[in-house]
Parts: sequence; structure tokens; C-alpha cells
Amino acid sequence: MYPPRFNYESPKSLAEAISLLTAGGGEAKVLAGGQSLVPMLKLRFASPEMLVDINNIPGLNYVRRDADGSIHIGALCRHEDLEKSEVIAEHQPTIAAAAPLVADPIVRTRGTFVGSVCHADPQGDWSATMIALDGHIVAQGPNGKRNIPARDFVTGPFQNALAFDEIAIEAVIPAPKGDVHGGYLKLERRVGDFATAAVAVALETSGGKVIRAGIALTGVGGRTINANVAADSLVGSALTIESITRAGELAAAAAEPRSDHRGSASYKRHIVSTFLTRILNNISESTVKAA
Amino acid sequence: MALDEIKIGGMGASRRRVEDNRFIRGKGNYVDDIVLPAMLHMEILRSPMAHARIKSIDVSKAWEIPGVRLVLTGEMLAARNLAWMPTLSYDTQAVMAMDKVRFQGQEVAAVIADDPYIAKDACEAIRVEYEALPVIVNPMQAMAPGAALIRDDKENQTDNKVFDWEVGDRAGADKAFAEADLISKIELHYPRSHPSPIETCGSIADFDRATGKLTVYMTTQAPHIIRAAVAMVAELPEHMIRIVSPDLGGGFGNKVPVYPGYVISILASILTERPVKWIEDKTGNLISTGFGRDVYLQGELAVRKDGKMLGVRMHTISDHGAFFADAQPSKFKIGLMHSAFACYDIPVAHLTATGTYTNKAPGGVAYRCSFRVTEAMFFQERMVQAAADDLGMDQAEFRRINFVKDDDFPHRTAYGFLTDSGQYGKCLDVGLEAIDYKNFLVQKEEAKKRGRLLGIGISTMTEPLGAGNSREYDILGIKMFDSAELRVHMSGKAILRTGAKSQGQGHETTWAQIVAHELGIPADDIVVEEGDTDTAPFGMGTYASRSTPVAGAAVAMVSRKIRAKARKIAAHLLEVSEEDVEWELGRFYVRSSPDRGVTIQDCAMAAYSNMPDGMEPGLENNAYYDPPNLTWPFACYISTVEVDPETGVWDVLKVVAVDDCGVRINPMIVEGQIMGGLTEAYAMASMQFITYDVEGNCVGSNYMDYLLPTAWETPGFELHEVVTPCPHHPIGAKGIGECATVGGPASFVNAVMDALRGTGVRNIDMPLLADRVYEAIQTGKDISGAPPIKTEE
Repeated sequence: MYPPRFNYESPKSLAEAISLLTAGGGEAKVLAGGQSLVPMLKLRFASPEMLVDINNIPGLNYVRRDADGSIHIGALCRHEDLEKSEVIAEHQPTIAAAAPLVADPIVRTRGTFVGSVCHADPQGDWSATMIALDGHIVAQGPNGKRNIPARDFVTGPFQNALAFDEIAIEAVIPAPKGDVHGGYLKLERRVGDFATAAVAVALETSGGKVIRAGIALTGVGGRTINANVAADSLVGSALTIESITRAGELAAAAAEPRSDHRGSASYKRHIVSTFLTRILNNISESTVKAA
Repeated sequence: MALDEIKIGGMGASRRRVEDNRFIRGKGNYVDDIVLPAMLHMEILRSPMAHARIKSIDVSKAWEIPGVRLVLTGEMLAARNLAWMPTLSYDTQAVMAMDKVRFQGQEVAAVIADDPYIAKDACEAIRVEYEALPVIVNPMQAMAPGAALIRDDKENQTDNKVFDWEVGDRAGADKAFAEADLISKIELHYPRSHPSPIETCGSIADFDRATGKLTVYMTTQAPHIIRAAVAMVAELPEHMIRIVSPDLGGGFGNKVPVYPGYVISILASILTERPVKWIEDKTGNLISTGFGRDVYLQGELAVRKDGKMLGVRMHTISDHGAFFADAQPSKFKIGLMHSAFACYDIPVAHLTATGTYTNKAPGGVAYRCSFRVTEAMFFQERMVQAAADDLGMDQAEFRRINFVKDDDFPHRTAYGFLTDSGQYGKCLDVGLEAIDYKNFLVQKEEAKKRGRLLGIGISTMTEPLGAGNSREYDILGIKMFDSAELRVHMSGKAILRTGAKSQGQGHETTWAQIVAHELGIPADDIVVEEGDTDTAPFGMGTYASRSTPVAGAAVAMVSRKIRAKARKIAAHLLEVSEEDVEWELGRFYVRSSPDRGVTIQDCAMAAYSNMPDGMEPGLENNAYYDPPNLTWPFACYISTVEVDPETGVWDVLKVVAVDDCGVRINPMIVEGQIMGGLTEAYAMASMQFITYDVEGNCVGSNYMDYLLPTAWETPGFELHEVVTPCPHHPIGAKGIGECATVGGPASFVNAVMDALRGTGVRNIDMPLLADRVYEAIQTGKDISGAPPIKTEE
């Protein structure tokens, strides 16, 4: 690959990385897993003056569950780490379902969860799971840390809410208040292809009723779609055939797909409702079984 | 005692590939691995427009970049009579665009610089002013009245037609159709595809002013043909041209043609007097080099009530891109399209073919098929399926009753080919048994309860592989034979050279096995060398499954020549007359006294130390082999699929392959070929295609848009074999490299169509992407043509 000329820095601490970004004045890019950035450099779609490689900064590679039940994913946690994580398998079904569907097995060994969210590709799987889970990103800059809710984090295609001198150091999934359910279904023409359409679902139930719901859609709009109307329609009652069908229709209505070589807009809408229905039916069956 | 042939790595041994030792250790030597002293690097600027007049090219900014050594444009090539070059199909092709660009990705300028980064930066600094012209992206647009003329460079060219051609018996076919009980019709599109070898094309041209010699390291499947072409195009003497094709990272037909990049790198080396390396990037490879297929197929089959086929008519409309640069060496304009229906006993056939120019990349290559045979067999098996459905006849039975029978060989096909051997019915039986055909309907009913649609698809075919013979096949007038040269050293070790060129086929392994079979020299004692025109004997190269049928035969024949000389030496050593000497693997012995014998190694030593009086010393020879006919392998592929009607997604449940490629030299390598071919067949049926939007933008210019299946999607394959030796090949072998790519796609498509039985859908053109299958199920209508790039709803 023959990218445009750039400077490469490999800081050993977050403070050093942030001062490099500050000095870069908006012309520097953070390199984590590089699975989106490096291809963009190769194709010369991106031409940053500086790459700040954060891979040598200690303490960013983790996924853990705190005592309160919140889940924390460090900036250098790879997709594959989540795929193999026992914490995720046991406690976070939405992420567990999505992890094996992200890109392809090779990309998953290198690419990062937080990097993928920051990349803000409307086709990115993790933004959808973060919105469905109502998670937030912890950003650190020269003036300290701040939390940015996932639903506000992505501001447009390939645009996020970070300031140029901030680094997203962690993704946080808040502690649940009820029983946790979730799923992720994606239609892709081939492993590693961008999603034709994908649906992320995160539910919390208590006493057989849905007490919180998050639904987000991948690949069917100029950004990740927060299908909150569909999600809200589920809250307050048990899952029924009628409520599931209704949610499917509302989610399809929330999608803003374009017709392209992955399928027509109407096909993508149909996939959204079909997949949402399938995930909710699975949850419904498993909760019935559990009860 | 004769040697154990398997133990010495002879015929039938699944010997491990010797070339893999270096490949798996990262020690392969590809063009891009080669570094020459003072080497420069070349980058090509390609047209972003599909059809546009070039108003101006400003290269001044490129020259200003430090490290830039040369900037080339079409005008500079024209000054040296190199702006245009001949194609393998007797057309001309622009090396660099001058008057106008005719497809997106066409070569417009080139920069030669100290390193590839600088060359790329300088390409971006070149300013080209284009004036857009109407864009033509399919044959229908090309032939429409008033269509823009793409080839205005050609005298007497007044439309976008490349050719009209016909073969077969028109009147006979008309009669057969008039007498038919039923006429079944089908219309198909075989989408454009690209061979897409992992290694792109590239070259290092090294012109030495002092010696006058031009050495070109390049990615070519046919180095000797390239030498001849370079001699013609560059007007250099042939003996001062050395083409070296080192390890190749796949070819699949993509590395047969002469591409502008090679020519430009040669000129650049001549002008700079330094070696110039050009390595195409992946997008350059996908948008500008030889594609496969892109043919519209219309046909009809005349049948009798009892299922007997009476005649077939075909019409093809092919899209050749901006230049007719097909790499196919037959006398036939549309290749071997008329090999269709060769496995069926059908009395009469007629084919008409129209070729068109479009604003798309040129150079239809035999993408892992023998010159349009892929399209022919796909058409055949989709047509047969449709006719069986129309008749209401079992699809396996319909094929069986129309097969050429085992004792009907040699058989002259309705289109004039001569097939010579096969056991078609037996192959079908093995396949049906393996897929459990009898019980499929039970499985289908069970699946229906789960809301899934099951289908089974059969594809059976024989195809012509291994061009020549020299009567009908040539490249630029050079007849299609091949050669081998064998030199046995005094210790009985040997070096074998051929004019073929492996791109992954494993010649270094299998050629040695043929020698081992013929001479009893262990395969490990034989080194095989190919690809350097200064050392390798003349050959037409490796493509169209021709290496084993032609070069492999030459290897057997040269080994036999060596054995004949060794026999004389053995008689001398054993002090008996030659007639009293018998041969068993690895050893000559006295007929009347079998204990008295000498090994082939003894004979080799004697050839250098104790030869008979008057005998020329040494033990080496060469052989040229001109095959009497093509070889005709047979294949039966059967797939079962499960369709999810709610999404259109289909999964392959099982694939059974029964291949009869005659005698197998290395069964493991043959099986690898079949599995690779089936993977590509599945690719084309399910996802892999290149299309163009209305502006002529190539959709499929990178691996996000051009989908190659990974191990993840690729189904498992169950392989079976039937062996009918080729009657005219010295070791009974037939071609195999391409059978599965050729025969495979129809089995998958037929299976999905079988699953959709009852929906009213008769055809979905490839690729059978989920959204197309879903749309067909929803509408009950066929889906035709290349997947369109739809505009926003």
C-alpha cells in the first residue's frame, strides 16, 4: 500500500497521546486496530498528517464487569476479545450475539470495539449495540474525562462527538435493572461484507414485563438508526405476537435505507422487520421457558 | 523387481506438492519479490471516465515532484509507434489513451520514479481534462440505433458490433423444431466476472543498452507467447528478449493477455536505461484486466414427448468491452460456445453469435474455463432443466435418456466436435446415489414444515479441454502444441523443463510423477523448471486446462525417448541384444534371465562413462507434442439447497461431485482442483460479479464490492471419481482444472430454481443474491440481467 505521507507517533501514555493530538490541531488521527483507517489510507480517502498509535499505551486492553453490573470495554479491546469473553457470554447477550458477526475472523483479531464506534460508519455493528444498550463513551482530553451517551456520540456518517484533542478511552454499558435479553442479526452477502441490514436489540424484563428496551439498526441509513419508537412500544407489557409484529413495523418505518447493490430499500425494510421479529420471538420463547 | 510406483511418487501417488515447501515458508519468488539494482517504479494513471474525449493532459506538476524520472503519455508512445498494440483476437487495443478514453480504468499516463510512493503522488498531480461522451454499458445500448460509436479509431467501423458469426445446421434445426412435440425456451445472462488472482499483474522490464538484451520478469501464464508478442510489438529481435515468469500467485486466465502496463514498463526501461518495476494494485487489476463471461444467452430445445432431444438453437450476444481482446486461440469468434450439448445425443444444432463493443474493460479471458465453455455448459444445463420441467419429466432421467452411450464413441457432436470416451450414465448413477436422490422428496416435505424450501440441482457435462490440435487452434498463427526437455544426470537425477507455466497447478510435483512413471526415477530425484524463455523449451503456456493434455503428454513422450536410449545402453551393459531386454519400472533385465538386470540409474551413469561404441554420449532429449484431439472429461455435479423464503437467503446443504478426468496423476492435486473449481462455481452462482452503473463506473473494483467467497461461506464438497482413460493421450489423462468452474454453477442455480418450484419463477440470473431470490418469490416473476444499480427510491 502506498498511502500519502504522514508522521507516525507511538506514545507510551494517554497524556502523551493527548498532547500529540493537541499539537496536531485536528490533522492527527488515532490508530487503534486500524481495520478501517488503514484501508482508507491505502485508498487515499484519508490523508492525516499524523497517526497517533495508541497500541503501546498500557491499561487500555480490558473488558470487565463491575460490582454494580456495568460493563466496561477499554479502547484496545479487540472484537475477538469480546467474542471469547466469558463476562460477555454470561452477562451481555446483545454484544455476545454481535461479536461473531463483526467483519471477518481476521479483522476481529485486530480491530477494536471503541475504534469501531468512533469510526461512526453507518454500517458499523457496534454503534447499533451501544445505542440499543444505552451505553456511553468515556472521552479523555486535556481537561479531563467526560461521558458521551452513545445516542449522541455519532453526529453523522464517519463523524463523532469527540473534540480533536480527545481520545475515546472506554465504552460503558450501564448496569441493568432487570433480567437482560438481547440479540443481533445481520444480513450480509458474504462474511466481511458491510451489512445489507442488521438489527440490535437489548431488553430488560421484570416480572414478565419489558421494563427497558433499546433497538438500533445498522446499514439502513446515513447513520446508525435509533429505533426508539419501536423500542418504547414494547415497554410496560409482556412480549406478545401483536407487540412483536407492531415493533417490527415501527422499526421498518424508522429505517431510512437506500436502494443499492445490496438490495432495494423495501427489501432492507423487510429484513429489518423480519430480523427484529425473529430476535423478539427468540427472547419471548426463552423467557417463557425460563418462567 | 519392479519398483513400487506409489513409493517412488509415480502416477497415482498423492504426493505432497514440492513447491509448497517454499510457499508456506514465505520463500516464494514472485515478481514483486524481485529487486534489481537501480530499479525504478512505475505507476499508471487511469481514467475515471468510461467514455470521454481527452481535451488536454498537463503533466508539468508531476515533473516537479523530486524523484520523478519519467512521465509518459499516449502521445509519447505514439511517437514511438506504441500507442496501439494488436490483441490476441486480431483487433487493436490502446496502450495509452490519446484521442479518448473508452472505459473506466483505461491507461492515460504513467509516472516512473525512485519509489512507488513518489510515483503515486506524481500520478495524482497530473491534470487531465475530459469531455464526457455518451456511455454504453451493455450490448443492447451498443446496438441501439444512433448509439455513440466507441471505436471511431477503426476505419470502416460504423457501429459497435465486433462480429456476427454462426455455426451448425440452420435448415436442419428448423426442420427438427417443426417436427417437435414441445419447444422449450430459456433466456439467461451470464454476468461479467473477474478471475482476480491474489497476485495482481506486474512486470520488471530491464533493458540493457550494452548487450541490447531485454529481460522482462512478468506475471504471465504463457512466457513464450509473450516473447513472440514483444518481438512483434516492440520490434526487438526474439533472441534478445528474455521473458521470465517466476512464481505466480494464481492466474485463472487473467495472466494470458499482453496488458498495456507490461508494454509501458518495457518502453520506460528502454528510455531510462534502468530496470522499471510495475505492480498493479488490486483495483487496477479488477477494473482494467481480462474479465470472464458477460454474455446474454437465448436458446430453445426441441424435444419429443418421450423426452428425446431433437435439436437445439442458441443465440449469444456478448459484451467484449472497448477492445476485442479475448484471449482465445480458436478459429471461432465466440470460442467454444458450440461445445454445448456435447454430452447429449442430439441430431442437429445451430448457433448464432453477435459480439459488441461497450465502454467496459476489454479482454474476455477464459476465466478458469476453456474459452466460453463455461457459458456453453451453463446454458446447456439450465436449458436441459427447463425442458425437463416443461416435459414434466424427472430431471435425472431426462439427462440419462439423452446421454451419448458408452459404446457410441467416437461421437461427432451436432456442432462438429469429436468426443472420444466416457461413461456418462455411470457418473450420474454415482452422483444420484451419493446425494440420496431417492429420498430427497421426503427431506423436502420435512423442511416445508419448518418454513424452508429445499431444492436439488443437477449439472452434467463433457467439455473440450487441452487445445490444440494444431489444425484448429493457434495464437497469432503459432500452432498449439507443447514441448518438454528432459536431462538425466549421470547419477540418475534429472531436470525436466516444459513450455507450460504453473500458477498453482503443481507442475513441479506432477510432471516429476509422469517421469517417475515412465522411467522409474523417484519423483524426488527430478527437479522441474518452467517459465524462463532462455532455458525452457517452447510452449504455449498454461490455461484452458491444457497443461496435462498437451505438455503432460510431451513429458511422457520425452521420457519414452530417454527410455529407448537407456534400453540400448542396458543391452550393452548386459551384453545381450536389445530385443532380449525387458523393462519393468526402474529396471531393464534379460528376458531369459530376469535376475540379470540394470537400473535406470546404471544406464544414466553408463551414458556418461560407458556408452556403446558409436553412441552419442549423454542422456537427454526433448519432445514436441501436437495432440490429435481435445480431451473430453465428464462431470456430474449435484447440489441441494435450503431457501429461507422470508429473506431469500439460501444455504447449500450438500454438494456431490463425480469427475471422470481419465487417469489421475496426483489424486490429491486433482481433488484440490475440483474443490477450487466448485468454490468458484459457488461464487458465481451466489455473489461474485462485476457490473457497471449508467455512467460506466465499475461496481466491483475492490473486494468490498467484488465478493469472493471465503472459507466461511464455501460449502463442503463430497468428491467421487469414475475413470475412463483418454484413448489418445499417452498416459490416458484428460484436463480437469476447470471442470468444476464450468459445470458447477448450473447445479447451484438449478437447485435454487427447484426449491422455488410452484412459485411461478423459472429463472433468476446469477448471482442469486438473497434480495433477488426474495423479490422473485414475492413477485412470482423471473429476475433477469446483471443486478442493476438501483437509484434511490
